[in-house]
Amino acid sequence: MANRSTTRPASLAALFMSFLAIGSTSFGGGLTGWIRRELVEKRGWLDDQQFLSCYALSQMVPGATNVNLAVLIGTQLRGVVGALAALAGLMLVPLAILLTIGSFYFAAHDAPGGRLLNAALAGAGAAAIGFNIATGIRLARRNVRRLGPALIAVAIIVGIGILRIPLLEVLLVMLPASLALTLLNKAR
Amino acid sequence: MIATLLQIAGLFSLLSLLAFGGGAAVLPDMQHAAVEVHHWVTGREFLDMFALSRAIPPGSLIVVLIGQKAAGVAGGLVALLAMFGPSSILAFAMARLWHRASRAAWRETLEQALAPVSVGLTIASGIALARSTEHDWPAYAVTAGTTLLLAFTRLHPLAVMAAGAALVVLTGG
Repeated sequence: MANRSTTRPASLAALFMSFLAIGSTSFGGGLTGWIRRELVEKRGWLDDQQFLSCYALSQMVPGATNVNLAVLIGTQLRGVVGALAALAGLMLVPLAILLTIGSFYFAAHDAPGGRLLNAALAGAGAAAIGFNIATGIRLARRNVRRLGPALIAVAIIVGIGILRIPLLEVLLVMLPASLALTLLNKAR
Repeated sequence: MIATLLQIAGLFSLLSLLAFGGGAAVLPDMQHAAVEVHHWVTGREFLDMFALSRAIPPGSLIVVLIGQKAAGVAGGLVALLAMFGPSSILAFAMARLWHRASRAAWRETLEQALAPVSVGLTIASGIALARSTEHDWPAYAVTAGTTLLLAFTRLHPLAVMAAGAALVVLTGG
């Protein structure tokens, strides 16, 4: 691992503050992008390959993948307390806001102001999807440099994004394929 | 009241363990149970709750709104714990297993194998999400523009997302 030694240790308080910042900025979506930006780029607690492993593992466990990702990274950095700190930091602000503005929103969604809010939410949501795709492209440029792995990534994008094949079926084929390719590469 | 809380706990902890690939996988079941079986919310309320909760991280807090509507703040908290507790425990177990193998050769190999899979999943889930929501042409333009700007420039994500929101409002949303 070329850059594994460059990752820094995380204190519990800093871990909580980081996820608090992530939970406070990722309104509209793009959580994957925000998590990578904060923990890999700004803090240097994980390298890209560790982030990508946690991301893949978060998809293999049932449940909201973003929440799983927070638990996986929190555990990896600081054990069970780290997982709880990450979860609490991530949920605190969104939960407070959801419980407060929820009733206002349901009262106002038919008013003209509510329509504007809906349009703004839709626009931010569309941009947030772009943020996540852009994060994928950045990760691809740094971590998928050979033809074989690139074909694996493209097959997954076409299979799930275009052909809408269920995630579980795609993983059942592409995970063994990627593993075989890696082993083949090592054997050479 | 207690009966409703138990129903909430039972429903969402089951959905938590069935949500392979993320919360979206169990939305149809959640809608069916909350609207048609338990009559906690109407169909219209469910859609509004979905739209609002999708914009608030982590994007799956709709369960809190449903629980709150069914049984007050206690209902919301029970729904939160039931939906994220079981899956978080599994994620924690997975992380421990992964950590224990930190010096094993197979983990290094598996990490290399997982990298292209994850990259593919990140991009694929974005495309799938865009296609499953009501994406009209301004929304697609915003998604495409944001993708290019954030992949190839150093612009701050918040600035780009605010611009996206403004664009959709101006084009009549």
